[in-house]
Formats: sequence, C-alpha cells, structure tokens
Amino acid sequence: MANPSTAVGSEKPETELRRSCVEPVVHGEHATLALRGRLTFPDAASIWTELRESVAGAKRGEHLDFDMSKVEAVDGGTMALLVHVRGELAARGVIADFVAASENVQALIHLYRGDIQPVRRRKRTHEGTLSEIGRVTLEFFSEVKRVLAFLGDVVMAVLGLLKEPKTGNWKELWPTMERTGADAVPIVVLINFLVGFVMAYQGARQLKQFGANIFVADLVGLSVTRELGPLMTAIILCGRSGAAFAAELGSMKVSEEIDALRTMGFGPVRYLVLPRTLALMLVLPVLTLLGDLVGMLGGVLVGMTSLDLTFGAYLSETHKALQTWDVFSGVIKSVIFGLAIALISCQQGFATTGGAEGVGRRTTASVVTTLFTLILLDAGFTMLFHAFNL
Amino acid sequence: MSDPLIQVTGLTMGWDDVILQKDATFHVDRGEVFAILGGSGCGKSTMLRNLIGLDPPMGGEISIAGVGHPNLAAGRPPFGVMFQGGALFGSLTVGENVGLQLEEWTKLPHEAIGAVVRAKLKLVGLDGAENKLPSEISGGMKKRAAIARAMALEPDLLFLDEPSAGLDPVSAVELDELILTLNRVLGLTVVLVSHELPSILKIAKRCIMLDKETASIIAEGDPRELRDGSPNPRVHEFFNRLPRAS
Repeated sequence: MANPSTAVGSEKPETELRRSCVEPVVHGEHATLALRGRLTFPDAASIWTELRESVAGAKRGEHLDFDMSKVEAVDGGTMALLVHVRGELAARGVIADFVAASENVQALIHLYRGDIQPVRRRKRTHEGTLSEIGRVTLEFFSEVKRVLAFLGDVVMAVLGLLKEPKTGNWKELWPTMERTGADAVPIVVLINFLVGFVMAYQGARQLKQFGANIFVADLVGLSVTRELGPLMTAIILCGRSGAAFAAELGSMKVSEEIDALRTMGFGPVRYLVLPRTLALMLVLPVLTLLGDLVGMLGGVLVGMTSLDLTFGAYLSETHKALQTWDVFSGVIKSVIFGLAIALISCQQGFATTGGAEGVGRRTTASVVTTLFTLILLDAGFTMLFHAFNL
Repeated sequence: MSDPLIQVTGLTMGWDDVILQKDATFHVDRGEVFAILGGSGCGKSTMLRNLIGLDPPMGGEISIAGVGHPNLAAGRPPFGVMFQGGALFGSLTVGENVGLQLEEWTKLPHEAIGAVVRAKLKLVGLDGAENKLPSEISGGMKKRAAIARAMALEPDLLFLDEPSAGLDPVSAVELDELILTLNRVLGLTVVLVSHELPSILKIAKRCIMLDKETASIIAEGDPRELRDGSPNPRVHEFFNRLPRAS
C-alpha cells in the first residue's frame, strides 16, 4: 500500500474524515474539473470513481481543465490514474490539461507524462477465428520445416561421420551410454518386474476359471517380449533420458553454447546429437532384454505363489510359447524407439527459445511428442508384423 | 592506407516485418579495435550474429578477408567469438573448453594441447584455473576464459559481445587492458559490441553507432571525437549519458 507520506506536496496529517477530492465539473465551452486536498493512493478507488463520474458528461470538442491549484499533495499512483483519465478523454475527443499545479505537483505531472499530447492507445483487437486458424497453421508448418531441417542436418552429419569416422565425438558416447543405460537399470528392472507381476495376476484370475493356469506363462512371455518390455522400457527412457536431453540441449541453446560450438566450426548435430542418438540406440535393446527377463520373473513369482506352478514348469511353458522372433522383434522395436527418443528430444532442445520458460516448454513437448510417437510406432510395428505373419 | 578486413555493404537485418537496420555499409580495418554501439534494441547483437554467420542477413553483403559471408558449416572459421555470458560448456573444465578446438582442428598431441591451453589461460590471467569448472569461476573469469577459447586457434579476428557488461569496474578495466594488449601485441583485429561507454572510449579506435528509430548508422568514426563534437543530438545524448529529449 502506498505511504501517503511519499506524496508530493505539502505535508499534512490526515485526521479529519475524508471529503471528496473531486469537485463537480462546471460544463461549458471551457469546462473545469477542480481537484483538491490530498490525492493519495489509499483513497485511489474513490478518487477513480468520482473522477470517472465527473467526466462522464464531457462532450467531443469540449476543453476540460484539471484544476490542480487546490491539490495539497499527490502521489505517483494517483497521478497515474489522473493521466490515464486524461488519455481516455483524449480518445473521446475531449482536450484535457492539468492547470495551475504547484511546482512539486507539476514535476510529478511531467514525470508521468501528463503534460504531453496523450498518445492514443490502439485497442488490442481479439484475434478472429479465421486468423487464429491461419496463425496456428503457419506455426505448424514452420515447426514441420524445423523438424525436416533438423532431420536433414542429422542425415548430413551421419554421412559426414561415415566418410570421416575420426571426426565423431566418440569420447561422449561411453559416458552417455552409462548415463542413459547403466544408471537406468534399477528403474527399468523395477517397472518391468511389476508389469510382468500385474499382468500375470490379472491373467491368472481368468485362466484359473478354466484350469489353464499354466498358460499364464505364455501370456506373460509373449506380451512382455513382443510389446510391453520394449514399450515400457522406451517410455522409461523417454521420461528419464529424453527429457534430460531436451533440457540439457535447450539450456545450451539459450545460453549460446550451441552458437559457440557453431562459431568454432563444430557441427552441433555431429557433436551433440549423434553421440546421444547412438548411445540410446545401443542401450535401449540391452535394457529391453533385461526388462523382458525381469518381466517374466514377475510372472514366475505369481505362478509360484498363486497358481501352484513350479519354477521348472513355468520355464518350460515359457520356452514352448516363445520363439526367437518374439524376442528379436522387441529388440528391433527398441532400436527404433531409441532413435525416435533421441531425435525428438534433441530436436526439441535445439528448437528452444525464450530462456528458462522455453526450456521447460520444450522439455514437456519433447516428452509428450515422444510418447505419442512411441505408441504410434508400436502400432505401426504391430500392423507390419501382422501383415507379414511375423 | 586502410586495409579492410571486414567489408559490409548494404546490410539489412531484422526478422519477419521488423527491420532493425537498413542498408548499413561500413568496414573494419585490419588491426583495429572497432566498436558497434547503440542503445538497447537497435540491433547490435543481431548485427554481430550476421557478421559471424549465425544468422543470415535479410539483404546486403558481408565479406571477411575477401572471402564473403562466413559459412560456419564449412569448417574451421577464420575468427574467434566471445559470447556475452562466456558460453563456456558447463560439463567441461576451463582447460577443456579452451582446448576443444585444438583437439578438433589440429593434430597436436595431448601434451602440446595442454601446454597451449595453459599458455592461453596465463595470457588472459587465468593461471591455474585450468581444472576448474565454469560454475566455479566468476563472471569476469568466464569472459577471460571465453577470450582464451576464442583465441585458441590464433585467429586474426576476434568478435566480442558485450565484453565488460555485468563486470565490476576493476574487472572491466582489466578486461579492457587485456583486449588492448591482444590488439597491440598480437595485432588482433577486434570487433566488439557494447554500450559500456568507458570501455568503448578506452579501447575502440573507430566505431559505428546504430539508431533504433531511423534503423540506420547515425555516426561513424573515433568515439572520442564523436563524444566531443558530433552534431547529431542522438549521438551527443548517448556519449554524454543524457536523457533523450522528448
């Protein structure tokens, strides 16, 4: 709250009940609106109301003077309101000026630009539906263009790397694999174990009714190796490593580190994107195999504790149900998932603008886009494998 | 006789329908300290990004050492750049930052690279900071390290974006001295973007001043002469730190 003591003008404690600071306007060719007393921010709301009511009747072409001769003090906030009302009047064609102000008050009028020609503020027009559609469409196409340009850069960088493998940022590869692979083992193991466990439980309730307990091994084995193992592991890496890539590269982008790389003649894609992409394409299949294994172990636990199956029987049934292709198809998927996670998150990182907020926005976009793409790719693989009877 | 290292002709820059500068023409002589000045939003940093090839200009021509507009994708650039905040890579030590280009663009053995890095750091007064991470050093030290990195490949030309902005007066003066020394002793051509008047007046031999309102270069010459005798009121206001006449 504004302190009345900071008001410009003579100092006078406010002891009596507040009386109106705005005298009624005497209309005419040259109307006057007299202001009086202490115009301070604690009374701003009532001053604002009185002021607006007083000038409501002013007509286009009328000249209205704000007589400040009886103003004892005025503070910045209230002066801002007065200047605003003057601007509103100007927009209505009423010429309003501050007159007879004391030296101190005049200084404040000058500070708040109340003594210059009011600038007509352009009203921000609400964007029409058609223009909004147009804007969003243009934004969409420019994003598509950015993505295509990025993919083009990646292709060029890969070709350059194949031509001159020594130019690769290989020393970044191993630490990135460690960060995205080895460090992710605990969470991958836990999530996939629980997925296998839950699936076995849900399946067991149905299969028990038909005395087909043993087929829980088929259910868990097939669904984990073909679908859930690769997908869940990819989702974990999307949230864990993909988001980290987007945030890391986004931060580098906003702090001009990527520009610095470019000015040093390094291709940022070759230097930053390729090691990350290669690392994810290498670690995701390994993590997927690990996920498959622990997912099936989750099924074993349910089989042994709830379905009275022995470890040997469960293993034998799994062995019968699974074919090499089931595991291999999951591994193929995981390689492509790794590629998708790395490219999307790096592209989002490279597209970051606008400081910390931009980094957050792009990180979120990276996770959402990657999840959507993973599901889409998974559906695509399922249809493809189905079409070829695989 | 002047020997232009950079020739800019009819440069127009901006984005979409925003024009920051129209038809800017100037040159930078070899071996001089040249400053690009102007108030906030006049396009100083955009001009720098155009000059170093990070962004293409909307129009006009830029030629560095007679080679044309720099193509950063073509390989080793003929200049070094210091960005405003240093832009050191946070995951690398100061020494690794300086040595990065040496590893990429030279065939020097590791030991020799280490020696060059230490020498560059010593030159900029960062003796012993080689193994520190950027997060462990001050703003002034970051800028010095960034200059050392920009000089790693011994370029003839150095671009500096706001070298003394955000530094305390002593660090700013020390950085100015460093730039002058590099210019005098190594013959480096330095192009700097700044609005730090004491720094400009101390180190720049020539300057151009960009103006936001007219989207043009409103002054060119020795900054001290512009301060003392420019007939242009905007230049006078800028150099004498006066509020803009309304």
